[in-house]
Amino acid sequence: MNKIWLIIQREFLSRVQKKSFLIATIVIPLIFPAIIGILVYVGKESEKGAAKKVIHYVDESKIFTPDSSKYLFKHFEGPLPDAITAYENSKDYGLLYIPQFKLSNPKGITLYTESSAGMEDKRNIERMLENQIKDLKMQKLSIDQKTLDSLKTEVTLETNTGKGTERKASNTDLLSILGMACGILMYMFIFIYGAQIMQGVIEEKQSKVIEVIVSSVKPFQLMMGKIIGLASVGLLQFLIWMILMFTVTVGVLGSLGIDPPQQQAMQQMGGEVMVQQQQASSNALINGLNEARDLPWIFIISVFLFYFLGGYLIYGALFASVGSAVDSPAEAQQFMFPITIPLLISYMSLFMFILKDHDSAISVWLSIIPFTSPIAMMGRIGFGVPMWQLALSMILLIGGFLFTTWVAGRIYRVGILMHGTKVNYKVLAKWFMQRS
Amino acid sequence: MEALVVRGVTKQYANHTALDSVDLTVPEKTIFGLLGPNGAGKTTLIRIINQIINADSGSITLFGKALTSEHVGVIGYLPEERGLYKKMKVGEQLIYFAQLKGLSRSEAIARIKIWIEKFEIKDWLNKKVEDLSKGMAQKVQFISTVMHEPRLIILDEPFSGFDPVNAQLITEEILDLKQKGCTIIFSTHRMETVEDLCDDIALINKSKKILEGTKKAVKAQYKTNTFLVEHTGAFSLDNSSYQLINQKMVEDGFYNSTIKMNSGSPNDLIGELIHKTKVSGFQEKVPSMSEIFISLVKGESNE
Repeated sequence: MNKIWLIIQREFLSRVQKKSFLIATIVIPLIFPAIIGILVYVGKESEKGAAKKVIHYVDESKIFTPDSSKYLFKHFEGPLPDAITAYENSKDYGLLYIPQFKLSNPKGITLYTESSAGMEDKRNIERMLENQIKDLKMQKLSIDQKTLDSLKTEVTLETNTGKGTERKASNTDLLSILGMACGILMYMFIFIYGAQIMQGVIEEKQSKVIEVIVSSVKPFQLMMGKIIGLASVGLLQFLIWMILMFTVTVGVLGSLGIDPPQQQAMQQMGGEVMVQQQQASSNALINGLNEARDLPWIFIISVFLFYFLGGYLIYGALFASVGSAVDSPAEAQQFMFPITIPLLISYMSLFMFILKDHDSAISVWLSIIPFTSPIAMMGRIGFGVPMWQLALSMILLIGGFLFTTWVAGRIYRVGILMHGTKVNYKVLAKWFMQRS
Repeated sequence: MEALVVRGVTKQYANHTALDSVDLTVPEKTIFGLLGPNGAGKTTLIRIINQIINADSGSITLFGKALTSEHVGVIGYLPEERGLYKKMKVGEQLIYFAQLKGLSRSEAIARIKIWIEKFEIKDWLNKKVEDLSKGMAQKVQFISTVMHEPRLIILDEPFSGFDPVNAQLITEEILDLKQKGCTIIFSTHRMETVEDLCDDIALINKSKKILEGTKKAVKAQYKTNTFLVEHTGAFSLDNSSYQLINQKMVEDGFYNSTIKMNSGSPNDLIGELIHKTKVSGFQEKVPSMSEIFISLVKGESNE
């Protein structure tokens, strides 16, 4: 036991003391918000700074009133071919051609551009025309804006989960996001740390330090020490990330809470309706935050940690045995495949089944089978999982971990001492069967 | 007392037998040469003694007690496939290995101090192993093998990778350790090392032990009773006791002759010779370890 502890210590310290660990731990949680922030900033700046695009228009229907908030419209009097020539000589952005059309069936409206028009421009102009046609139709039907507004109804389904006294309001969107985030995080963690175990084992084999070590400790102790050591590195990293993300989120939300310039702009543009919508959406944000605060975080984080450890241990042992069987990382590829498959299946199922219907049979089973349960269960956990399913899944995960560790240990103890052997699955089976 | 007693150790793999009922007795405070061609089973035997793998059957006794995991700290093992953690600093690495062998951290640090003085490697302690030359790394490796003061030291090809100066340094260190009461098992192909250092030897070939004993006894066993005579003036010799194998002139009147003695003693032979020629040199032709090794291994494969 004392020796496993020494190995855990070495594995932990040798990784935590590396600069790359420090950088990854601090930079990764900042990098995503930073990228999003930069993109948003650059987008806003370029929108602000860019000159409005010039669009010529030929309006044969006489209905179009140019809205110059986004584009600069130049009216062209005359037939279309002349307009096209004039546009092509002008080097301006585009030419909008509006022929005579029936209000009930607007057809033939064309935007001429030199290179294909962007999605955004197409949508903007479409919406502009749609609104104008809608106004015309309303006039025809003698409906005014007030009547129209009074017709508009919005329904938000409130969800309520639980039984008896435990019944409480829930937020499906929030839970889906939570499930997705936890699932992805789990997938990343298992993969990154599993690969590191393999890397470590290959390193020991390549540097040939392995035989010196196993003359002092049992191969199984070395394997477990390595796996547990890396797990503690992972947990430390997770903890730091959580703290960093919490701080950053609180900080960012605090500074985003009220954003006056944006609100003013909205007011000018869209009148009262927009303001109401804006208020509604900020209410939703506040509600969302409140609900997020009310989630059983301690429970969710504990379950995450359990599944992280369980999933990591199941796969970690397998990664270790792959590392032991090969002489270089390149050779490891062929054995990675069967390990990667269940991970990929659970990752894809997260989006295909679990987040869509977390109580369907396939979601339940995926969250119970040990190889897929870490990711699948994290997708479901926020929605509330029956105790028996959680218990069964956890017991099976522990069982699965004991099983893979036993199998992996048998391969590992032989593999680490083999150099320059050509290894295939048959050889692995032979090693597994070999008496120690 | 015997340092190591191996009885009937057998190890079977799927396709071949690595060790076939091997017996071995290593006396205490000696240097023991474990010889044999590649693939004979030496490494398997050494791994079994180090408890890296288990024997299928047979027993191993270390200093009078059956081998258990308690013995890890008693043995110092320098494997042929050896290495160090490349990214780890020399000092930390030595402490780590010593701790794995059961030393406390403070003990390890105290002993490192002694060794770095001895090997003059004080400046290396904070260097990473990847920055050391091969010879330097070998020294560090040797220190890590003996630092926990094992009573039994097993060295598998210890001199590979050493330049002559460092090889000499290590040789002196090994003799010093023997002086202090350590038992050393050498596994090597270098026969000059065996001639120089070993007290006892065992030869393993094709997973069986085919020879064991003190170097002197083994040589006596394989001596052919042949003598080299340097003399002036030719002679002929042909009787039932002595047989002249060859005689050649080295320079004017000086000859070298090889004589096989079938019975009698060397003194009788000298007595016989001084009547026939002027003897200036007389020496028994003792087989070298290398010759014994080759003749035994070749003889086996010819059978």
